[in-house]
Amino acid sequence: MDPVFLKVLVGTTLLAASSSVVGAFSYLKGQSLVGDAIAHALLPGVVLAFILGGIRNSSFLILGALISGLLAHYGIGYLENKTKLKSDTAVSLVLSTFFGFGIMLMSYIQRTGQGQQAGLERFLLGKAAAITMQDIYIFSALALVLIIGVGLFYKGFQLMTFNEDFAHAIGLPMPLIRFTFTVLTVLAITIGIQTVGVVLMAALLITPSAAARVWTNSLPAMLALAASFAGVAAIMGTYISSVLPKMPTGPWVVLVLAFFGFSSLLFAPKRGWFSKQRRAKANQRKTIRENVLKLLFQQEEQRGLPALLSIEEIQGIREMRLDRLTSTLKELKNRLLIIDHGGSYGLTELGRGEGRRVVRLHRLWELYLTERLGMAADHIHPQAETMEHVITPEIEELLVKELGNPEVDPHQSPIPYEED
Amino acid sequence: MEKSIEVHNLTVSYHSKPVLWDVDFSLPTGKIIGIVGPNGSGKTTMLKTIMGLMKPDSGYTEIFGEPLDKVRSRVSYVPQRESVDWDFPADVMDVVLMGRYRKNNLFRRISKEDKRVATEALEKVNLLEFAHRQISQLSGGQQQRVFIARSLAQQADIYLMDEPFVGVDAATEDAILQLLQEMKNQGKTVVIVHHDLQTANEYFDHIVLLNTRLVAAGPKDKVFTKELLQEAYGGRLTVLSKLGDLISTEEFPLREPEFKENKPEKE
Repeated sequence: MDPVFLKVLVGTTLLAASSSVVGAFSYLKGQSLVGDAIAHALLPGVVLAFILGGIRNSSFLILGALISGLLAHYGIGYLENKTKLKSDTAVSLVLSTFFGFGIMLMSYIQRTGQGQQAGLERFLLGKAAAITMQDIYIFSALALVLIIGVGLFYKGFQLMTFNEDFAHAIGLPMPLIRFTFTVLTVLAITIGIQTVGVVLMAALLITPSAAARVWTNSLPAMLALAASFAGVAAIMGTYISSVLPKMPTGPWVVLVLAFFGFSSLLFAPKRGWFSKQRRAKANQRKTIRENVLKLLFQQEEQRGLPALLSIEEIQGIREMRLDRLTSTLKELKNRLLIIDHGGSYGLTELGRGEGRRVVRLHRLWELYLTERLGMAADHIHPQAETMEHVITPEIEELLVKELGNPEVDPHQSPIPYEED
Repeated sequence: MEKSIEVHNLTVSYHSKPVLWDVDFSLPTGKIIGIVGPNGSGKTTMLKTIMGLMKPDSGYTEIFGEPLDKVRSRVSYVPQRESVDWDFPADVMDVVLMGRYRKNNLFRRISKEDKRVATEALEKVNLLEFAHRQISQLSGGQQQRVFIARSLAQQADIYLMDEPFVGVDAATEDAILQLLQEMKNQGKTVVIVHHDLQTANEYFDHIVLLNTRLVAAGPKDKVFTKELLQEAYGGRLTVLSKLGDLISTEEFPLREPEFKENKPEKE
């Protein structure tokens, strides 16, 4: 493999991974846009550093960016505290003012014809391929600083994001923690924009964390996962832009990240969209199953044992789509809850217990609604139709206790307890 | 008897609007103490000022006769449950371990001793089986108990709790009350911000009645009188709140810059 390409690859991967680790805390703090504002606000610092420094010198540019970013950060904080401006107003004010000033300075340089030299275009859109060896050393060192910084301040950052008042109350040095976090954020943005540029920086800070969050509930795991997403995206982005002619790195990195983000939101277990759909479907099936069992149990109550009903009879009592009903009956048969007596269905002992439970929960909830919430007896049925499928055994126990082992529901139907 | 907390001529404002006016009282040790008052009466502000989270315009507070910074390790704080985002990626144990964080172990890893103390604290609030449950999956009452366990893990002498009974189930309420009694028997002091008059009388030994200004402070049988309660809860203090609005909208400084009411230096 081409050694230059390899070095660019290592550089970009480190940059992306380390900025995303710092970005994770901004994401958790709900300050995703602050990163965007700071990224824009770095511009005047970078341009001024170029004007003053003359030659294109990475460490000088980084220093300029750092100062500019810190000023912007404290500017936002000052506006929020000292005026009645809302947070988003303060953020956008600072963003536009700094960025506008930066653009003004930039057009000044471009008129003097130094713009290309400055690599300032790279600042806006990122140009990983243009990274020099010297840059790579510096940025890799900074990436290490970020990762070590986060490791060292892990406890402080964790508590600052979760519960700042408590951190303050136990006497943690909050000014130091906050300042370190700000410096690391500005550094992360400074080196991150080398890959993706100012405009796309927010994506690099936030998307990896947003994607990682849905896969895990542990902060260390989330940080590691965010770094991996960002790293892999950087590798793929760099690779694509080196293979395809005239393809920019930054936008590809961001697109790959966005792909990770969306697929996480769709496919993650528990929090993902598909998983939620699946749960909803499963609950819907459970509801239908329980409704059939309830219906059969109520028929037994009315007609006495044994009550055998055909599909048509069931549909006559409760409207159900035929295909749903047949598949539900099949499922109930498989679970040994009902028996098929040649086209008419009756409860097994197991199914009777289930049906009795659902009817009991329905009537308990109706009683609770009238007794505790003072609802009229003719308004409670629809709610109970839902709750009978939701109430867990623990809640049932509480209900029975709170209502004092009631015998009948508000409509004077008996509440069927287990026979023992 | 030793004083646990002393509040001296305290005035605090929020967005330049005064929420506590010249409040002055001191609290005993080894008691369960309620700071009671209607909504917006400055109870939480009181607690936050004692914890150094808000700066007073004038006056000062002391704990065990010292400024907070000198006794911080003896003081524990339980913020309102709703003040944090429970969707944070952490399990119950992670949060309780935060009670072990100190200035001098900030850069160190969590020790075995920390874990032992945290486990004990979880046991005391009956949440041991939930140690590795994600905190967003807990009920309100369980979340409140997590906060109390974190506070127990601090092994302090005085505990300041902000509305620990809000939104908890009956079982949690009983568990908390029992725990408070145990703490009291060990000589600990517990100060609780509480808005519910119905229960205040049975929960606390000592009560501070607050409504922007101090209405009364003392043992509950002295404070829980009809007259004093009416004074605290009987409508807003119209003149006082009008003045507060005026100060806020007209940008009056609450004290002239030269005015200092700090604690006189000890000889």
